Amino acid sequence: MSDTVIHIDNLENRFGTTVVHQGLNLSVMRGEILGVVGGSGTGKSVLLRSIVGLKPIDDGDIHVFGQRLAALDRRQRAAVERRFGVLFQQGALYSSLNLLENVALPLVEHTPLSRPEAEQIARMKLALVGLPAGAAEQMPAALSGGMIKRAALARALALDPDVLFLDEPTAGLDPISAARFDQLLLTLRDALGFSVFLVTHDLDTLYSVCDRVAVLARKQVLVADTLENVAATQDDWIQDYFHGPRGRAAYASMKENR
Amino acid sequence: MDDLSNTSGSSPGSVPSSAPLARIETNQQLTLSGTWTLAYFHAIKKQLSTHDAKHIERLSLEPVTQLDTAAAQLMIEWFGSERMQQQANHLPDQRRQLILSVIEALEVVAEAPETPARTGFQRLGDSLARLGQQVTALFTQQLYLLGFLGVVLAAFGRTFWRPGRWRLTATVAHIHQTGLNAVPIVVLLTFMVGAVVAFLGATVLTTFGATIYTVNLVVFSFLREFGVLLAAIMLAGRTASAFTAQLGAMKSNEEIDALRTQGLDPIELLVLPRVIALWVSLPLLAFIGTLSGMLGGAVVGAVSLDIPFAQFWQIVQRDISVRHLWVGLSKAPLFALVIAIIGCAEGFKVSGSAQSVGERTTSSVVQSIFMVILLDALAALYFMQMGW
Ligand SMILES: Nc1ncnc2c1ncn2[C@@H]1O[C@H](COP(=O)(O)OP(=O)(O)OP(=O)(O)O)[C@@H](O)[C@H]1O
Ligand SMILES: [Mg+2]
Repeated sequence: MSDTVIHIDNLENRFGTTVVHQGLNLSVMRGEILGVVGGSGTGKSVLLRSIVGLKPIDDGDIHVFGQRLAALDRRQRAAVERRFGVLFQQGALYSSLNLLENVALPLVEHTPLSRPEAEQIARMKLALVGLPAGAAEQMPAALSGGMIKRAALARALALDPDVLFLDEPTAGLDPISAARFDQLLLTLRDALGFSVFLVTHDLDTLYSVCDRVAVLARKQVLVADTLENVAATQDDWIQDYFHGPRGRAAYASMKENR
Repeated sequence: MDDLSNTSGSSPGSVPSSAPLARIETNQQLTLSGTWTLAYFHAIKKQLSTHDAKHIERLSLEPVTQLDTAAAQLMIEWFGSERMQQQANHLPDQRRQLILSVIEALEVVAEAPETPARTGFQRLGDSLARLGQQVTALFTQQLYLLGFLGVVLAAFGRTFWRPGRWRLTATVAHIHQTGLNAVPIVVLLTFMVGAVVAFLGATVLTTFGATIYTVNLVVFSFLREFGVLLAAIMLAGRTASAFTAQLGAMKSNEEIDALRTQGLDPIELLVLPRVIALWVSLPLLAFIGTLSGMLGGAVVGAVSLDIPFAQFWQIVQRDISVRHLWVGLSKAPLFALVIAIIGCAEGFKVSGSAQSVGERTTSSVVQSIFMVILLDALAALYFMQMGW
């Protein structure tokens, strides 16, 4: 079995006449954390939605775990989707369920676990992502943005997925929580060996957790390589991104930490 | 990458997996092997329950091919977090980190205060308290509505003298939506009710040989009650809900807060146009409904009661004074105000979630229909006493 969990080939995505992606190629390796960066509106979220099957693609191929996504029937597809964990940009917690039920829902639906067993695990997952014990019974509407992100991560982790898709997970977190989130992601990835497709604008996250970085611009992936190689790429946007004031600061602090 | 743990077990068929196993070795050492993942949750529970944690001194986790958080949790709960922590020290870095994270998480979970079970007596108290809460909620709701009405009237008073601040476009758009677009359904509804009333009247009145009075019955009931009542109920269902949903979605999207922070008055911008639109629409719809209901009665009369249109019209002109129309229509602006105020006020009460929008919408329809019927009954009493 190959070490590529996701392989995207010549992908095209359109909304009406607006072309979001054209001739886009990208691979995600087993166990890696792939950072996906790009300006606002370059189609990072759309790319994520295409891979997890929420947006039908207009052209090209997406292979997931060696299977062609478009060729799968409904049951096979559901089996593939169960191996994904997705954290949406807005959290997308089920607003009529409290946090505990949010996390327990996939466990109850997809495994033979009883509800008390599922809730027991759900409590652990909520604590694992750094939520206080009292939060389990709260409704999503009563939470701050950062807490929603954490709870959504707990839900994405509920089934111990093979690939975790995170859409700007640290946006809206305070720097300390963001750093802890990064650390948590590394710990879990190292322990569980899942791959991570991480859309982010957070340079610190990029420097501290990503094994490779893919840059989305001009409807394509410009480069997908290690951070050093990407930062050295001759492209105006990339140069601005990595060597602008924020980029330099994040780079310096990474050097210090190593 | 640690290739022992490079795929989680919730993925049947992806990697070779084998059932989890816990086996006693010498010296109170328990050796665990196989796949320790969520997919084998119950098997893991069973394996662990066959051994008594007290008699085990050491755990050997090396033969475990896959370990995930759910299985780690079971293991820790069975073996105890302190002893597990010691065991974890002997493990490779990544697995140790996993176990330590889960231990840490479980400590947080354990901190949660246990909620003691309620006794039967306490539960009775709880339900009494709920009843009390509902009664007070009902009272505060009416206060809130009155307050909202006051705010709207104040805004109306402020803008009335300044035509520059009238939101004509918005108001006309709302008249279009709530008035014009509701005409077909109101016409259809009142026509059918008119026909039904005529049939009903005929059935009862024929026994007295007074079939001709069906005309009076239909016309009276529509002029005084049904025209305006049916139109109002229709709008309560159709428009109050729409107002609540529109404003509620804006509220949960923080749009209303955004208006406020920009120094704009949401009441003036959003509520006033809706209230005024309904004020204009409902009397018109009530009038159309009255005519259509009478037409329904007339059609039934002509088709099955041998009362031709001409005769119907003649009786209307001879027997029935136009006063009844005014009595009926005079209620329309009041109903319109009640429906619009309830619809908008409920929209403003939405908090956060989408579920709240749904709850408020239901509540606004129920309340506005209830208030319309209640007010109509009071008005009927009043008009009767006054002899109008
Ligand atoms: N449902 C949709 N209908 C039409 N256009 C859409 C839709 N969803 C996204 N787009 C367009 O696709 C483009 C990419 O959007 P996307 O949300 O993927 O951006 P993004 O890279 O995630 O940006 P951000 O960093 O701001 O989240 C945008 O130009 C957007 O207008
Ligand atoms: Mg996005």
